[in-house]
Amino acid sequence: MSDMTTEQRLALNHYNVDTEPHIRLKTDVCQECDVRPCLYVCPAECFKFKEGKISFSYEGCLECGSCRISCDREAIEWSYPRAGFGISYEYG
Amino acid sequence: MSDGFEAIVVGAGPAGCAAAYTLAKAGIEVLLVERSKFAGDKNVTGGVLYGSVLHELIPEFWKEAPVERRVQRHVISLLSEKSSVSIDFNTGASDHPESAGYTILRAKFDRWFAQKVEEAGAMVITGSRADDLIWDDGRVAGIVAGGDKITAKVVIAADGVNSLLADKAGLGVSLSPDNVNQGVKEIINLPRQTIEDRFNITADGGAAIHFLGFCTRGIHGGGFLYTNQESLSLGVVVQLKALIDSKLKSVELLESFKEHPTVREWIKGGTSVEYSAHLVPAGGLAMGPQLYSDGMLVAGDAAALVLATGRALEGLNFALASGIAAAETVKMAREKGDFSRKTLSQYTTLLSEGFVLQDLVRFYGAPQFLENKRLYSVYPELACSLAEKVFEVDGSPKRTVWQLAREEMKGKVSLWQLIRDAMAARKTI
Repeated sequence: MSDMTTEQRLALNHYNVDTEPHIRLKTDVCQECDVRPCLYVCPAECFKFKEGKISFSYEGCLECGSCRISCDREAIEWSYPRAGFGISYEYG
Repeated sequence: MSDGFEAIVVGAGPAGCAAAYTLAKAGIEVLLVERSKFAGDKNVTGGVLYGSVLHELIPEFWKEAPVERRVQRHVISLLSEKSSVSIDFNTGASDHPESAGYTILRAKFDRWFAQKVEEAGAMVITGSRADDLIWDDGRVAGIVAGGDKITAKVVIAADGVNSLLADKAGLGVSLSPDNVNQGVKEIINLPRQTIEDRFNITADGGAAIHFLGFCTRGIHGGGFLYTNQESLSLGVVVQLKALIDSKLKSVELLESFKEHPTVREWIKGGTSVEYSAHLVPAGGLAMGPQLYSDGMLVAGDAAALVLATGRALEGLNFALASGIAAAETVKMAREKGDFSRKTLSQYTTLLSEGFVLQDLVRFYGAPQFLENKRLYSVYPELACSLAEKVFEVDGSPKRTVWQLAREEMKGKVSLWQLIRDAMAARKTI
């Protein structure tokens, strides 16, 4: 039962994915960051670092707020998804 | 609906439900607003709920609430990379349902609780996100939810660790990576009988296992394993700063935790059915929570009312008790007809009379103590390597446990350091 990827883990969950992201990045600010805490603290691995750039996908977000607290450059505009959208735990 | 309520509670977790329930029972017109479709949908806990506070609110709640199992086996397990040393307490025949621990799954539990709130006479609106506060002459006078303005004499923010409402009011706490822990958890399905046989528990009994050491690969945090009726809750809780400093991801820790020889046997044959994550404010009173202002109170995780000790993180009862105290404060304010900060300061008094602030004051220094890296690496490893030597018979002349311990400590920790850590632990465990 081991060796699940994070994507496979997230695929176990139920989401009602909104058409609009609830978290937005100021990528120009990210460009100047060399610590990149978002890469390590996001439990859903929504942040990726590719070819020198941070990219973000909101679909698998678990709404924990780790990125919001860990980014010390205020590059993350964070809110909860609109009511009815986002993660919906069956067990919790 | 925008005509106004006496009180609005935001967030249908344990703090919000306890507050709204208490108010509704007192005949106060209260609205409970929750952003998820059903109460509990977004909520995560380890989790074990100790019964005493909820029992006072809803006597013998365990008979009707969707609790999973009553914990009869408490285990603390220190892990090295391959081995473990455990303390295993079995409650035996003792039967104190009111003070026992119950494993719960929040999606089910919170939904039940919100239902109770509704039955008690509160209006419960789910699927509605409170986006903003309404201000009137410097005091909080309601909320804006789903575009609607809803007024009230008082707002109780129980909207969880990321309390955007408390932020807007300048209340709550300032969260930072060094005072917040991240929990990640998998729900692993196993047949009921397998769980009972494997954990040596009775039909309704449960096990709660806490881990220290290799579960977090030696960084600030711990692991847990709880038995539900037909599943296990397995997870790790790690300080955000420790993740950033070590460049480790909690999901990687969870993965290696699952592969640890001790844990692997517990979860063998199980099927993972859910992966969740949640934050826990863990800095205690040093975070300086602001609990009230004119027309507003903050309860539960939103106010960082979580007790972090060397034993565990306890938030559920602090959420329940602070929700009740907030409601009692509102009842007093209503009698006076005054919802100013002066009257609402009674909230702090009530919290100080109960365990919430007394515990947080007593364990004020615990979060600082928990910064000691030896707790997560040196000591669990030492316990395991010492046990290995103690239980090894290799034909060479035997030495006393003390001699073995001194040998194992060499290069890892000095006796002086060990004594100093033990002295510091006195006040924090």
